[in-house]
Amino acid sequence: MDDLSNLMHGFAVALTYKNMLFMLVGITLGVLIGVLPGLGGANGIAILLPLTFTMSPTSAIIMLSCIYWGALFGGAITSILFNIPGEPWSVATTFDGYPMAQKGQAGEALTAAFTSSFVGAFFAIVMITFLAPVIARFALRFGPPEYFAIQLLTFCSFVGMGREPPAKTIVSMMLGFALAAVGLDTVTGTLRMTYGVTNLLQGFDFLIAVIGLFGLGEILLTMEEGLAFKGKSGKIDPAIVWKTWKSLPRYWATSLRACLVGCWMGVTPGGATPASFMSYGIARRFSKRGHEFGDGVIEGVIAPETAAHAAGTSALLPMLTLGIPGSPTAAVLLGGLLIWGLQPGPLLFVEKPEFVWGLIASMYLGNVVGLLIVLTTVPWWAAILRIPFSIIAPIILVICAIGAYTVHNNMFDVFIMLVFGVLGYLFKKLKYPMAPLVLALVLGDSAETAFRQSMLASNGSLSVFWSNGLVGTIVALALGLLLWPVVAHLIGMARGKGHAPPATKPSA
Amino acid sequence: MEPNHAAGVNKGDVETRWMELVVALLIVVAGLVVIQDSLRVGIRWEAEGPRAGYFPFYIGVILSLAGAVIALKTLRAWKLLADRTFVTRSQLKPVMQMLIPSIIYVITIAYIGIYVASFIFIAGFMMWQGKYKWWLAALIALAICVGLFYMFEVWFLVPLPKGPLEAWLGY
Repeated sequence: MDDLSNLMHGFAVALTYKNMLFMLVGITLGVLIGVLPGLGGANGIAILLPLTFTMSPTSAIIMLSCIYWGALFGGAITSILFNIPGEPWSVATTFDGYPMAQKGQAGEALTAAFTSSFVGAFFAIVMITFLAPVIARFALRFGPPEYFAIQLLTFCSFVGMGREPPAKTIVSMMLGFALAAVGLDTVTGTLRMTYGVTNLLQGFDFLIAVIGLFGLGEILLTMEEGLAFKGKSGKIDPAIVWKTWKSLPRYWATSLRACLVGCWMGVTPGGATPASFMSYGIARRFSKRGHEFGDGVIEGVIAPETAAHAAGTSALLPMLTLGIPGSPTAAVLLGGLLIWGLQPGPLLFVEKPEFVWGLIASMYLGNVVGLLIVLTTVPWWAAILRIPFSIIAPIILVICAIGAYTVHNNMFDVFIMLVFGVLGYLFKKLKYPMAPLVLALVLGDSAETAFRQSMLASNGSLSVFWSNGLVGTIVALALGLLLWPVVAHLIGMARGKGHAPPATKPSA
Repeated sequence: MEPNHAAGVNKGDVETRWMELVVALLIVVAGLVVIQDSLRVGIRWEAEGPRAGYFPFYIGVILSLAGAVIALKTLRAWKLLADRTFVTRSQLKPVMQMLIPSIIYVITIAYIGIYVASFIFIAGFMMWQGKYKWWLAALIALAICVGLFYMFEVWFLVPLPKGPLEAWLGY
């Protein structure tokens, strides 16, 4: 197996002393980001991105992806101990995690959460290891119509699988595309929507949008709730870890279902958040103790955590192989790759194998290291949350301002970040999803280019999108997903009230 | 974050339906702006292919339509949405207490540099919102600013906006 030897070579790259150090730093920073409100995987990585420009791309991406794993782990700590989801994908973990902590089983809940996160991520990495080279080889045959079709599929699946009203998902997406169009049109050299403002020539950078939407927006929401953090203490001793680990194999079926849901939702950009809800819902329906869900059942922690991590990790598969990120965080990582001059996509596997396999190897190692770190350091993270918000809030804002400034060394960006912050607050409160906006902003230019090139090839006829079997299938799938809410609604009407919706709505 | 169903809407609160409607109409306007600009740069074909407005034009159309759908849906459910509060007056106050200082902070960065502005912002916010003693607030803010300075200017060599104080110190 050629790929396996590549992977072994990747381990050799990742296991150097320097890269291991970056991995440790990355995981620690990631957990910190995951624990703090207003900083998450996406904007945390966006803020730290400029710091990595002096590193080698391989070390940098290893550190950044480790921040991502860390943030995924960190989200669980706050939801279980404080009933505050540090990240949107850990909302479902609060349903049973916090009740468990209230019953004095915080240690069990945390161990189960971390271990399931590890299992979910591991499952997804194995999938990436075997599927990524295959998909990359397949995608080498893609032309502009196929690329546009894949992007169409990406965006349609947001509409079809999102939990938000379809019209709002479409608004968010189109707003992203519109913002991406601002500035110099690369094909014709025309200025679009700049209205004489020189700062807009470059258009809107999605990193600024991410920092504002997820950073300031989140802080404003937290201020509104007037949070006083009242947490359970989170001590984990080895005996509890061991006891919980011994009980976990019993829930293999729940885990496996969660892994599959997570991988599916991660590859098609449903994302980690819907994956965790869906997995929770499925676990409740299948479990013998379904009616006890919500009172602190361990399966209610395992299911969403496994799925969230499987989704978060597998979101990197389309990013690496097709250049299409499956989540906002993957989009930020993609932005980083572009800045280092690495064009993600099928050619990356051919041209920079040591980079790709180094990254994949670091996913394996990063998750093992992450699991060990979080299991041993939980009490300290919990202590951070006891720092009053009147200290944390201005510090996070300062970090966001610095992050926005360092992207282009431009003060104008910091103001734009504030505007996006207010937009993020409004969107969150009115339940407009933000991930489609970010992804459209990232992919806007390449989607437009692919569309125009397809149109050029076909002389402006849309029929190019079903000119061959491959592109036709992808487009058909995309349209199917787009119309899925309508179909689901009709099925629901026909069946009457077949099954109850999940108990609690996501509030973040 | 869930709309407050039980309490109903009190005087001075912002109603969800109004907010929903205003945002939806703003989206329609944003879509129209995109359409207008696309028409300006041209949405048709030229000799060498589609012009710059070709793709954004459709984006603008879909954006306006989706905004209109949300507005209409809100109007149709107008009575049902009557008891939902977007934000109460007592919730809006802390939000503004965060937002307005943030805006002032960002404006001051341009004049006195990011480090001094951050020091004033963090210490000021702690004293105002957290009722901390001035010396404790100053100590924490100073520690953070010095830490940031070393991290960015010294270790990672990322220059941040500096003002008169840094110039006086020789940076």
